Parts: sequence; C-alpha cells; structure tokens
Amino acid sequence: MRIELEKRAKPSMLLSILSPFLALGLTVIAGGIMFALLGKSPGMALYSFFVEPLLDVWSLHEIAIKATPLILIGAGLTVCYRSNNWNIGAEGQFIAGAIAGAIVPVLFHDWHSPLVLPLMLVFGMIGGALYAAIPAFLKAHMNTNEILTSLMLVYIAQLFLDWLVRGPWRSPDAYNFPVTRDFMPEAVLPEILASGRTNLGFVFALVAAAGLWFMMRYTLKGFEISVLGQSERAGRFAGFSSRRMIWFSMLVSGGLAGLAGVSEVSGVINKLQPIISPGYGFTAIIVAFLGRLNPLGVIAAGLVLALTYVGGEAVQLTLNISDKITRVFQGLLLFFVLSCDTLIQYRIRLVFSRIGRSSEGGAL
Amino acid sequence: MGMIEAILLTVITAATPLVIASLGELVTERSGVLNLGVEGMMVMGAAIAFAMTQVTGSPYLGLLAGIGGGALFSLLFGFLTLTLVANQVATGLALTILGLGISGQIGEPYVGVSGIKLPQIVVPVLSDIPFFGPVLFRQDLVFYLSITLVAGVSWFLFRSRTGLKMRAIGDNHASAHALGIHVIRTRYLAVMFGGACAGLAGAQLSLVYTPQWVENMSAGRGWIALALVVFASWRPWRVLAGGYLFGAVSISQLHAQAFGVGIPSQFLSALPYAATIVVLILISHNRRVTLINTPASLGKPFVPDR
Amino acid sequence: MKKLIFALATSAAVLGFTAATSAQDKTKVCFIYVGPKTDGGYSEAHDHGRQALEKALGDKVETAYLENVPEGPDAERAVERMARSGCALVFTTSFGFMDATIKVAQKFPDVKFEHATGFKSSENVGTYNARFYEGRYIQGVIAAKTSKAGVAGYIASFPIPEVVMGINAFMLGAQSVNPDFKVKIVWANTWADPGKEADAAKALADQGVDILTQHTDSTAPMQVAAERGIKAFGQASDMIAAGPQTQLTSIVDTWGNYYIKRTEAVIDGTWKSEQIWDGLKDGILEMAPYTNMPDDAKALAEETEAKIRSGELHPFTGPVKKQDGSDWLADGEVSDDGTLLGMNFYVAGIDDKLPD
Repeated sequence: MRIELEKRAKPSMLLSILSPFLALGLTVIAGGIMFALLGKSPGMALYSFFVEPLLDVWSLHEIAIKATPLILIGAGLTVCYRSNNWNIGAEGQFIAGAIAGAIVPVLFHDWHSPLVLPLMLVFGMIGGALYAAIPAFLKAHMNTNEILTSLMLVYIAQLFLDWLVRGPWRSPDAYNFPVTRDFMPEAVLPEILASGRTNLGFVFALVAAAGLWFMMRYTLKGFEISVLGQSERAGRFAGFSSRRMIWFSMLVSGGLAGLAGVSEVSGVINKLQPIISPGYGFTAIIVAFLGRLNPLGVIAAGLVLALTYVGGEAVQLTLNISDKITRVFQGLLLFFVLSCDTLIQYRIRLVFSRIGRSSEGGAL
Repeated sequence: MGMIEAILLTVITAATPLVIASLGELVTERSGVLNLGVEGMMVMGAAIAFAMTQVTGSPYLGLLAGIGGGALFSLLFGFLTLTLVANQVATGLALTILGLGISGQIGEPYVGVSGIKLPQIVVPVLSDIPFFGPVLFRQDLVFYLSITLVAGVSWFLFRSRTGLKMRAIGDNHASAHALGIHVIRTRYLAVMFGGACAGLAGAQLSLVYTPQWVENMSAGRGWIALALVVFASWRPWRVLAGGYLFGAVSISQLHAQAFGVGIPSQFLSALPYAATIVVLILISHNRRVTLINTPASLGKPFVPDR
Repeated sequence: MKKLIFALATSAAVLGFTAATSAQDKTKVCFIYVGPKTDGGYSEAHDHGRQALEKALGDKVETAYLENVPEGPDAERAVERMARSGCALVFTTSFGFMDATIKVAQKFPDVKFEHATGFKSSENVGTYNARFYEGRYIQGVIAAKTSKAGVAGYIASFPIPEVVMGINAFMLGAQSVNPDFKVKIVWANTWADPGKEADAAKALADQGVDILTQHTDSTAPMQVAAERGIKAFGQASDMIAAGPQTQLTSIVDTWGNYYIKRTEAVIDGTWKSEQIWDGLKDGILEMAPYTNMPDDAKALAEETEAKIRSGELHPFTGPVKKQDGSDWLADGEVSDDGTLLGMNFYVAGIDDKLPD
C-alpha cells in the first residue's frame, strides 16, 4: 500500500475551513488514546485541556496574554517567510526590543510623563528592527546566510541581557539580585478590561496582524512580497529588488518582535531580568506556519497555541499529567494540523496494488 | 599527558556530536529537505541510547538503539513532509517539541542514574605516537565513526553515482524526476540518514560526553549543528572544521575564565556564536561559490506529477 | 459524538466534585518548580520535600505541583492558577517567581505563600532559604585539608548573591586551614547543561586543580572528577552514586522538614509571614557522609560541622578583608544577614572578577 497525492485543480475552500477541525478531531482521538494508556481519564484530560480554559474568564485573559507575543512575532514572520527570508532569530529581536524599550524606565526612572510609554514602544520597535538589521545587512550586502546569523544572534542577545541585568542595569535596591528597577507606573502597559490582566499589547497584536493582512492582500508591497517569494527572477523582471525586500521584511519582522518584547516586559514582567521569554521567538515560527503564513491565520494559530499552554498547565495540576506529556500532545496537534492542510491542495489516494495507479484505493 | 593534549581531547568530545548531527543534516539538505528538528532527534537519541544501555548493560547496544531511534523518529518528519508535503520548517520545529516531550518521558526512570561510558578503543601502534597517539587513537567508537562518516559522506556526495543523483535532486527535483530518479525515495533515505546521525550524536551525549540522562540534555546543540551546515556551505569537511572551531572557542573561553582574564563571563560565553558569524561572513563573500553549493530546491515540496 | 459529550460532561462533574470534597477536609499545599521535578538537582530536592510532606502528614494534606515553569512571563499565571485551584499554602521555589508571588498574593489574601530565596514579603507572603554557606564552609575546610595542589576548581552558575556567598564561604573555610589556598572559578552561565558543566570541570582539571566543587545541578562534574582521579563535592543531593571513590561530601537540601513545619502551622492556624533563613541545626540542609578522605580531614570536618550546629562558629566571622584589600569584618565581628543575602563582593584571596 502506498499513499499518492493528486493536485486539486484549485484549492478546496471547504477543506481549508474543515481541515483545522479535522486535525482537532484526530488530535482528540490520538490524545485520548495516549491519556488512556497513561491510566488517566481521557474525557477529563481533554476537557481540562481544551474546554475548561475557555469557560473561565481568568483563563481567557491568560490565553490572550500568552498569545500576544506569539501573534505579534508570528505576523511579522509571515512577511519574511513569504518573501523567502528565513529569519529564525525573532527571539533575539524580541530581547533586543525589550532592552531598547527598557532604556527609558531604567535610566530615566524619575521621569513621570505620559510620553514614557509611547517612547518605550517606539524604542522597542527600533531596537528589534536594528537587531534584525544585522542579518539583513549581512544577507543583502555580504551574502551571508540569514538562518545562521539570526540564530547565533539569539544567543548573543540572551547573554547581553544577562550581563546587563547583572552588571550596569542592576537595581540598586534589589539586594544585588539580577533584576532592573521595577518600571514606574507610567511605563506599564495598561490593562484593557476590568475583568482581567489582558493589556494593550493584545490590541497591538490584533492591529498589527490586521494591518499586515491588508498590506499583503491589497497593496503593491504585498504583491511584491509574493512575487519575490515565488521567484526572484520573476521579481526582477517586474522591477522588484530582492535586496530591498530583504531589508523590508527583516525590519518589519524585527520591529514587531521588538514591539512584542517591550510589550511583554512593560505589560507583564514590569522590569528586565535574565529570562524574559520562554522561547516566544521560536514558538512564533510554528505559529506563522500554522496560520498558513496569513496574518489573520496567525491570530487564530497564536490563540490555539496559547490555549495548549494554558490547558497543559491545567491538566498538570488537575490530573497530575507531566509537562512532558503536554509537549507530546502539542507536538501531535501540530502534526495533525500540518498534515490535514495537505487536503486543501491535494487529494489523497491510497494505492493498494503495486502496478495500479488507477482508482483502486479510496480517495478523500 | 600534557595540557594541550588534554584540551584537544576536551574539544574533540565537545565537537563530535555537533559534527555528526551536522553531517546528517547536511545530507538531508543536499537532497533538498530542510529538517529543523535536529534538536528533537538528538535528544531522542540520547534518551533511547541511555535507556537501552541501562536495560541491556551494553553501551554498544545503546549506541545502536540511539541511531535506530533517531532514524525512526525522523520517519515521522519524512512522512509528513515527503508523503503529505507538509511545510518542512513547521514540521521540523514540531518534531523538536515532540522529541523533547517523548525523550523526557523515556528518560524519566533514569534520572540520577549513573551511566555506563562507551569504552575507549586503543589503536595498537598508532596510539604510541607522541602527541597524536593519545589525542586521536585512544578514543571511543563514536569519534572514529565521526571521522569515517565525514570521509564517507564526502566520497558519497562527490564521487558516487547515487550521491550525484542525490545532489541533482537537491538542486532541481523536477528535472531529476524527469530523468527518472526516485525523488521521494531518495529523500526518505536522506531524511533517515539525518535522523540516524542526530540519534548517534545524541547517544554520544548520554554515553560519552556525560554518561547520564538529564531532561533536555542536548541543550541547544541541535541548533548549533543546524547552523554549522550553513556555515560549512554544505561541504562535509567544512562541517568538521566548523564543529571543531566552535568546540575550540567554547572550551578556550572556559580556560580563559579559569586563568582569570577579568572579562565578564557573558562576553566570553558569546564568543563561539560571534566567531561563527564572523567566519561565515569571511567565507561567504564570494556569492558564486556559495550559490554553487546551496541546494537550490532546499525546503521546497515536491509532488510527482503524472 | 454523543458519547464524547457525555464523557466530557461526566468528567466535568467528577472534577467539580473532587475539588469540592478535598477542599473541606484536606489542606492543599502547592509547589512551583523552575525545572523538571526530576532534574537531579534543585527542583528535585524541592520535590523530595513535597513527598516528605505527603508522607509525614498523610491524609491531612493534599499536594500539587507545576514543573518546568520558566522564570519569565509565565510565572504569574502559574502562581495564580495555584491560588485559584484551592491551595491553602503555595511554595514558589525559585528566585524568579518573587514578583509574581507578591502580585498574586495581593489578590488572594486568604492564601498563604512562601517564596524561596527572595527578599520581598507581605502579610501573606513569607520567605525561606537555607544557609547553604554553612555547608560550603565545611567543604572549604575539607578542600584545604585534602588538596595536594592547594587549588580547588569552582564551577559556578550565575553571579547572584547566593552563589557569590557560597564561593566566599568556601574560600574562608579553606583559608582557615591554609591561608594561601587558591580557588579557580569558571562561570558556566547555566544551571543545568551537563555537557557544559563537564567541559568546565575538564578545563579546571587540566589547569591543575585536584578538587572540584560546583554550584550547578548535574552530576557531570562529579563524573569528570572520577575519570580524572581527583575529588569533588556534590550539590543539592547526595551524588555518591556518580562518584563512589570521588565524592568527599555533598550539601543535601532537605526542604521536607521545613515544608512539614510550615504546613502544620497553616493547619493549626498559627502561620504568619516570616523571613526564615534556616541552617544545619534546623535540618533544612545536611551534609552527606564524609568519605574518601583521610581520618584527620574527616575529624576536622565533623568538628567544624558540630561547631556550626552549636552556634560556636559562624563562617563569616572577622577578621575578613575584601578582595580589594579593604576591611570588611573586624576581629570577632560576625556579618549581618543582610550583607550576606545581598553579597556582591569577593573576600581577599579570590582571583576572579565580578561583573558590575
């Protein structure tokens, strides 16, 4: 038996809507089996993983908070990946943005002005964009592969932040612990709803994703991105410069990763410390692809992934399911989503005989 | 044994897993497939190898299990990206998440257990050569394998027919297919070779480098291995050079600290990463040379039409 | 599908039911770990404490934990989840959870919180820590007594006061035996990366140290020491299995005694927010058996331990000079706890340089 793919004449609209649900169904089945094998009640596990977090106002807020950086970074990355620029160092740009944004509250902590927050956000975006400018410059002008440079710069950013908070920026009143001063109230992103701690960063994420979606869909720049992404040659004939596109996509994604970084330290952590991200920059790569490189899809993907984190903690607590199992479950979900998306473009055919290419198998 | 020999031994142990995993990924990428799941396959190899060694008492069986486990695990990636043409970047990352989870589960009973180290194999006569003897010929099997693999892969890619076909696929899968080369089958094998190598590298971690199991013990080495492929511009001997360069800088920064050079340790720790970038800039300024080596269809899905 | 919905509904009911009953007769005690509960080091020691608590108080308590909670934006959610799930007492076991604990505690005035190794407290947030430096001082004494090279290697994680304090205590202990004793320090910049820890251990051994001590989590340095035929000290748990002929002793974290004490206080209603810094005498840490050393070294170690336990000896007693030669403690003067908890300088005789 083997599996063959047959390209559809045009992508199936129906399946592009159905496929995420199909994937969810398959994950539920596979996850249920896994939980049962572990001796846990599958119903209860799946309930507290997927359903319980959605029924509680508190956990809805937590999902939004967790999704905010994933959406911001993931949306920016769609521009990169669509134009074939492989920025995998968003984690570093996130940190650079957080550091740049923190310049204001750390160095000018006595400055109480409504200008503080806007300035921080701008600094954060600039910081992230500048850090992404390094691999952009190296790729555009020195012909250096951006996968390597952007990834290596992540480690450098982490160590630089570590040095900063243990050295020059260490708070004078934290008993020499590696943290900066707590940000003054003017430097903290306000919460947007009375019911919980979701902050303005979530709005930024939605606006940024919507804006990028509009750009990709309705502007010349969006056209340029997809043309250059499909073929550099074709792009050149159309008069587009792939070098300019390297700069544009890296700066956009770096800027948004930087905004995510500053939003996170301003809205959630309220200071700098050695660890400010549990790997958002890497998780956001998955989010970008789960969202099918569509900024609006990224919103959905970011929320779903956030749900799996929040739900994963819930099952850890209620059912004593270890966080390793949670990760396995996340991995399964991702696999099913990715494979079900195949159905949008292709028909899958199971071929049972060796010779037969004909329709002996069932087609889906 | 002098200090230089001792330092070289440390560098070799640190570089060997990077070289092996990187070499596997190199072959995968030469066939046109980008598998970002090296970290996940590596940590799986480490867990499986350790568990098998504990169960059977034989580190060699552990080594085999690590290789086999890595290859099997990579099949999952292969099925998704080759048969179902799922996106390679996302699938690779998902593989890493899954690998970290499953390996943690496999390794859980073995936390805190002191492992069995892969024995040294002393090559007669050669091991008595001053300086080189102790460094190169009193090593474990994995080290010898790593050098053999570099030479073997280099021969395979540039001297054998199959290797030529594989590179043809990596450069242009459509024309390779038109010439009657089995694109998907070859890629499956390349992916599995990458998985086997990552598994072997992981086994080195839990059987040679530090004979123990700790969750997430690959600690980012899979990512470094990935970067080294690019660094090496897809050429096997450069993988060896890159791995050893990275290892040498990492180890010498520790020595610099023990000497007390007075530079913040964060800057010293950042050195290997910065050095890798700088060297890559130096070697990639010639655009044409880089382009020749880069597999042109890297990361692009292929569906045979009929 | 119907079956599935039914299963979901019943499980929801079961869930609600168990939560309701357990809240009535059992005290729920919760823990948040920064690493996996089987990290073989810091978090595992806390989890052993949790298990000891369950064993000691049996039916009276119910415990829960979250592991692998990163010290970043996720901390607050983890702490709040604990508070919301009916925990009466929450132990947040890593420094990076400090602000999250304080924030959440404000929202849940009826829940008691205890944060390990931090310095912020409030009405319902206490802090706790162990005087690990007592054990490190004893290790220094043993090192100086047994080392032939007169140099020990120190694998450090990150320059925080806890680690700096440990290095200083080790040095003072060593100097009490051999005033010229040297310590070589390597910062691994990680808590748990066996490979990197092993590399650091090898680098130190290559530079001629014959005793290793570590402030990182894994047993990798112990394994390297065993291979090289030198001696080493364990960390956080008894690591004798990794080096039966190598380990001199180990500082063993025994949080269990403390967790039992504090949980009983919650049950009795006598819990109040305190800043607790317990030592050897309180049973929050213990020394693993003194092995692999000559009898006189063992005798001296035991004597030192006894003096620390009885309060006769405080490791940080003057005269002590700082690294730059300035005076820190006058003859007979004992350091106050505040200075120790925020320690950011080396004592005289250490060659390393701290970032500033």
